[in-house]
Amino acid sequence: MSDTRVTEVSRGGGVRRAGNYLAGQLRQIGLFIALIVIVIFFQIATAGITLKPINVSNLIVQNSYILILAVGMVMVIIAGHIDLSVGSVVAFSGAMAGVMITQWHFPWWVAIIACLAIGALVGMWQGFWIAYFRIPAFIVTLAGMLTFRGLTQIALQNEQISPFPDEFRALGSGFLPDLGGGQSFLEPLTVIIGIVAVLLLIAQGIRGRIQRKKYAVEDEPFAWFITKLLFTSALILLVTYLLASYRGTPIVLIVLGLLVVVYAAVMKRSVFGRHIYAIGGNLNAAALSGVKTKRVTFLLFVNMGVIASLAGLVFTAQLNLANPKAGDGFELDAIAAVFIGGAAVTGGIGTVTGAIIGGLIIGILNNGMSILGVGSEYQQLIKGLVLLAAVAFDVFNKRRSGGR
Amino acid sequence: MKEATVTTNILEMRNITKTFPGVKALQDVSIEVKRGHIHAICGENGAGKSTLMKVLSGVYPHGTYDGEILFENEPVQFRSINDSEAAGVVIIHQELALSPYLSIAENIFLGNEQQTNGWIDWNKTNLEAGKLLARVGLKDNPITKITDIGVGKQQLVEIAKALSKEVKLLILDEPTAALNDEDSAHLLDLMKHLREQGITSIIISHKLNEIKAVADEVTIIRDGKKIETLDMHADVISEERIIKGMVGRDLASRFPDHTPHIGEEMLRIENWNVYHPLDHERQVVKSANLHVRAGEIVGIAGLMGAGRTELAMSVFGHSYGYNISGKVYKQGVEVKTNTVSAAISHGLAYATEDRKRYGLNLIEDITRNISAAALETLSRFGLVDANREIVVAQGYRKDMNIKAPNVEAITGKLSGGNQQKVVLSKWMFSNPDVLILDEPTRGIDVGAKYEIYGIINQLADDGKGVIVISSELPELLGICDRIYTLAEGRITADVPRADFTAEHLMQYMTQERKDQE
Repeated sequence: MSDTRVTEVSRGGGVRRAGNYLAGQLRQIGLFIALIVIVIFFQIATAGITLKPINVSNLIVQNSYILILAVGMVMVIIAGHIDLSVGSVVAFSGAMAGVMITQWHFPWWVAIIACLAIGALVGMWQGFWIAYFRIPAFIVTLAGMLTFRGLTQIALQNEQISPFPDEFRALGSGFLPDLGGGQSFLEPLTVIIGIVAVLLLIAQGIRGRIQRKKYAVEDEPFAWFITKLLFTSALILLVTYLLASYRGTPIVLIVLGLLVVVYAAVMKRSVFGRHIYAIGGNLNAAALSGVKTKRVTFLLFVNMGVIASLAGLVFTAQLNLANPKAGDGFELDAIAAVFIGGAAVTGGIGTVTGAIIGGLIIGILNNGMSILGVGSEYQQLIKGLVLLAAVAFDVFNKRRSGGR
Repeated sequence: MKEATVTTNILEMRNITKTFPGVKALQDVSIEVKRGHIHAICGENGAGKSTLMKVLSGVYPHGTYDGEILFENEPVQFRSINDSEAAGVVIIHQELALSPYLSIAENIFLGNEQQTNGWIDWNKTNLEAGKLLARVGLKDNPITKITDIGVGKQQLVEIAKALSKEVKLLILDEPTAALNDEDSAHLLDLMKHLREQGITSIIISHKLNEIKAVADEVTIIRDGKKIETLDMHADVISEERIIKGMVGRDLASRFPDHTPHIGEEMLRIENWNVYHPLDHERQVVKSANLHVRAGEIVGIAGLMGAGRTELAMSVFGHSYGYNISGKVYKQGVEVKTNTVSAAISHGLAYATEDRKRYGLNLIEDITRNISAAALETLSRFGLVDANREIVVAQGYRKDMNIKAPNVEAITGKLSGGNQQKVVLSKWMFSNPDVLILDEPTRGIDVGAKYEIYGIINQLADDGKGVIVISSELPELLGICDRIYTLAEGRITADVPRADFTAEHLMQYMTQERKDQE
């Protein structure tokens, strides 16, 4: 009896339903709006420098490695773990790339593959202790932070390695070839990529709606769907326009884009991703539901090792330098990005896109404050307060909705 | 002596109304508790019992509700738990609030440390704790850590802690929900004992036999309103009479009618031995043999610590125990159930006794909890079909009558009965042949229990073998076709329905101990 009553309430009026839907999405929307507000603020404060094509291009390139790390870190944090070693793994990967290319004379692409494999080994090492030996990830990766920093210094014999071949450097600071030969008003390849991305987005959105309709599953309100689609498309086209009017598409943006698309799908749709959420939400319940919790945890850290190694390659390529001190503090930036992006410290909650937006917020704060000439002491202060505010907002939100 | 104390009310709550946004949790509730009595409060889950106690103890501070409270004939306005405890009202919650790695004595005096010159006086702490433990009948050393004693003893520590605060009115919220019959009986004796010492108690309980055993009066609450207060001494009040007040109708039977259709053997366990995971010398399950047939509901009865859950969890993917040996036959063929996924693939399902800790992902929605044990069946190439998943969940919400606005509702916010339905849905969706249900109705109100029994019957009628573990003997007597009794890790009897009596079973459940004496 009360069952039918509940159903009627939930069906009561399209407007209220839409309202409820938006309220449920508040966290993601709020984060997105915060990002836009920050961009607009700096656009005004810097008198238009923030959204100049060259600055947007730099912004993407210079934050790419933190964003790459954030993709791996959000998965680790959703599973209820943490990885403090990624900064050292970044340095180690860069150091090994330097040693392989300049001392062992490996071809650049062999070095890249070998470094990613080393990243996997690093992840297996840490994953073994965490998953099968049940040492808390905090401890294992704290030890990893020290050991891999040590191995970096040993590999580099405490010296820097430079320069790297151009092909390798392209991974960090290169652009896709300019089809317009540098003459056209907008770089054609970038425009094509942007338009294809928008078309894929629209196709995917419509396909999803058709399928949900087929299963008679309740969908998001149509107006909201259209608004969201138009908005995202406009945003992609804006970035496309800005990039195309400078030097085109940074190669690292393609790498990052693929990572985001693949891992967002993994976390949202794959069995593996679901198992990560299940482990983070309630480890015992997951184990008793047949989730191979140890194997999932192990693979998670292997994945994190590979991603950290990739970030190391990008970073090294960008600086054209393998440095024993590289990557210092990157783990904290990545963790901050994840938490600003709405992940829960206790695990079980978080999204890849959230982490990326969190990373972008940090990146734009860094960039904007640097343009404004804000001293690094104030930058630290402000970033700290933003992190605290973001998490406080989460906690407030949860409390208001009567969460435990 | 009793007649002298009966005359005054220690507590009067008058016209209490408490509203939450959109819900009237309590409506004009008035109760009177007589000094030196045990006053029981009954009602279905969500009836408002706990809310009333939270109003009384200051969890909901004065001003957030309407009405007035008189304690020892004085109007009181508690603003926090500290206020109410200072006045002598102590509430012991369903979920115990003890710090596991501190000692019994440290827990008793937590927040009320025994000091000399500003430093903690450990001798005094342990000495005083020892005296309090003696009062509650606990013989353990006060320096024992809380993790090292069982739930039953922990409950007694909570009461000792209350006594240390010079309690005048003790409120117990479902004190025996997690206890076995033996510990429950001890606790009820203790309550009577405290009554003789002049301590008034309010007990909230679902277990009507216990209420009958100890309570002087019973107040029944339904839908936030007080229905009646029954004087348990005035005339003979039956359990059915109380249930009638709680549900507002006569429950013709507490168990749905069921005619079993028993078929072939589904699962057989032979010579099953399990040792304690931490104490490798201790054998928890001793050469157990049991079987269940298709369409059969088999009960496992045993006192707490008999090894019921340990037996079930060790069979289900070796989820418990050390050095497990024995054979498992599925429909006559020997199978290995060493991992949970292997057990699931051989058609086993285990719904845990502790929904919140082991059964559900409380921060996820109904959909994702239902699909958790059989995600593979919803996926292709490792990708989950989220739409089909929702359709499945919607089907179970309807079939199982899960009361939630939609399948996106977070399971942590559902009531115990609905959470249990989600757990059962999860295992039904994994399409098992044998379901082991560990305490399927723990912490669930009478109406929802009836529904769960109906689901269990339906599972049996679908040709599945069902094993039900329960510490409530009447429940097993009501729904099972056959009952195994377990005593100290050993199966002591296999009792067919024809021989079902509580006395008979209890005899086997305590057999081992008697043998040893």
